Amino acid sequence: MTGLSDTSTAAVTTPGAIPPWDYARATIAGMHDEAPGVQTYSLEVHPPHRQQLLASKPGQFNMLYLPGIGEAAISIASQPDAEPLLHTVRAVGNVTQRLAALPLGAEILIRGPYGRPWPLEDLAGTDLIIAAGGVGLASVRAAISQAAASRDRFSSVAVLIGAKTPDDLLYQHEFAHWQATGLEVALIVDTAASGWQGPVGFVPQLLDNQPISETTTILTCGPEVMMRSLADAAFTRGLSAERFYLSMERNMQCAAGFCGLCQFGPAFVCRNGPVFRYDQIAHFLEVPHL
Amino acid sequence: MSSSGPVFWFEQSQLQTLIDTLRDRGRRVIGPQVRDGAVIYADLPDASALPTGVLDEQDGGWYRLVEEAHAGPFDHVAGPHSLKNFLFPPRETIQRWRRQEGSWQQLAAESPVAPLAVIGPRACDLAALAIQDRVFLESDFVDPFYKARREQLFVVAVNCRRAAATCFCHSMGCGPAIQRGFDLLLTPVAERFLLEAGSAAGTAIATTLAPQLTPATTDDAAQARQISADLAASMAARPPTPVRSNPVANPAAAAPTAVPHASPPPRSLDTEDIRNLLFDNLEHNRWQEVASRCLSCGNCTMVCPTCFCSSVTEVADLTGDNVSRERQWASCFTLEHGQMHGENARPTTAAQYRQWLTHKLAGWIDQFGSSGCTGCGRCITWCPVGIDLTEEVAAIRETSS
Repeated sequence: MTGLSDTSTAAVTTPGAIPPWDYARATIAGMHDEAPGVQTYSLEVHPPHRQQLLASKPGQFNMLYLPGIGEAAISIASQPDAEPLLHTVRAVGNVTQRLAALPLGAEILIRGPYGRPWPLEDLAGTDLIIAAGGVGLASVRAAISQAAASRDRFSSVAVLIGAKTPDDLLYQHEFAHWQATGLEVALIVDTAASGWQGPVGFVPQLLDNQPISETTTILTCGPEVMMRSLADAAFTRGLSAERFYLSMERNMQCAAGFCGLCQFGPAFVCRNGPVFRYDQIAHFLEVPHL
Repeated sequence: MSSSGPVFWFEQSQLQTLIDTLRDRGRRVIGPQVRDGAVIYADLPDASALPTGVLDEQDGGWYRLVEEAHAGPFDHVAGPHSLKNFLFPPRETIQRWRRQEGSWQQLAAESPVAPLAVIGPRACDLAALAIQDRVFLESDFVDPFYKARREQLFVVAVNCRRAAATCFCHSMGCGPAIQRGFDLLLTPVAERFLLEAGSAAGTAIATTLAPQLTPATTDDAAQARQISADLAASMAARPPTPVRSNPVANPAAAAPTAVPHASPPPRSLDTEDIRNLLFDNLEHNRWQEVASRCLSCGNCTMVCPTCFCSSVTEVADLTGDNVSRERQWASCFTLEHGQMHGENARPTTAAQYRQWLTHKLAGWIDQFGSSGCTGCGRCITWCPVGIDLTEEVAAIRETSS
């Protein structure tokens, strides 16, 4: 079997380029209720770190810090160089619940961006499928926005979105814009509600309606079980594992590769991920409780 | 014994002069001492505190000091402490914050500490130091706290002339002879030592001491090298660690008061293609078997000189306006280590032990270009049920799928 060292997973940062725990201050300029228990925060990052925080790539994450409460790794929902910085957060832990209780204008601390991004720059001319489940849509939102802004770079772009119920669908107000720019948007929910006209089931079912071409590339983020079954469905239809990218979650605390908590097989998810090419970690994805 | 500079004879009675010289230069001097029945590293009051006259007997789940009149101050081998305890301490404040008028101000983390001098590290300890350097200094990010202590560290290393049954530095290519990574090196020869310098800082100290020292000849140096070579040869001749048919029946773990201890099997580890051996056997039934013995206490990760996992705890006062962040050692044997939103990455002891062993011996190679194991044997000795990683690997190798 091969390892990460055999593949192109060189670190994206230069050794020592960014000191660990180098915080920017940010003001909560806006809070938008995306779905029950999920908010999107608009953050105004203060100098001198403003440029550094805005120079992210789709798929990267920041560490949000509330002194006395703790830190949380949150994917970046906004496009590079777009202000304000957007983070979509589900209030499930100490940090995220306290964040949800903060008033507008409150100051938080933030450091980043960290991790390997979606490989959008390498995907010009491809048939792009972006598939997300639940709050996983947040970590592909920047990629979708970028595809919507430069739709002509891709042969086709389909966005497959799943959620528990129609109310849990994030970014609903943006779907029309995405479609208007030429993106196909397909939705599915686990449990329908009154008025729901779409399909009921799971994200991999949406793949059934998508052609798989020589250049089809899938980017996905969601529960591991969803991503694995999406991969199975795609590979059964002939997609190469080298054209399947997924964003992994582990316990990320330092984001610098030395707290050790985010390990997944030989990888540090903070450094080698969170975006992985499927074939590079396939051996480990198949093992429960790794 | 590797440097080509001058080599001196150094008497045991001159250890105090060495300690005083280091202390006079503003260093905090750490050295081995007997405490609570074990040789540990602590601030060294004077040379008389060194563990002269005792030897350590080690086996799986077994550590006893026995009196031995002829034992020199460094004839013990690895104890529960290592350099990690001082360069990457178990708990330290990494940040302090104060809220003033709604805005958080970062304060200085901790007052600067005196530069350290550590007397006594062995080949395995220096190998562990090099491994931790790769983690904290030579990766994408540099840990500023480790770096500050590491840059000022002065090491008086000591060559081993005996090995415990739990030692397997020879298997990991880490010893027993010290090749590099020291400022000064002491090699025991009968009742005294050969002293040589391995750095500019070491040369400066050796030069200070030189008027009181007798120069050694090349024959003396060759005699000292032979002691290491003989030890290396005896370790290399060890048979592979046997795989017991019923590992629970460990005499040490089962009868902890039995003295004297039956002669334990000397360890060695076959590292041939070990990364792929372990990663190709992630679902081997041995992980379940070892989990039936493992208490997931985390002792192995605490005594390991290279384990680097840590977590940060927020410590706030009652107002919530004054916060310090304390980094402390974490262990992959806790549920907290694998905690994610809504689920746990490694919820079973089998998964936790597999994480520890495969990280140490396999994943580390991908991450840092070397094994994470130095063969010091601490994890074997300090495991309360005597789980032995050399035996676990041998068991997987025997029945590799």
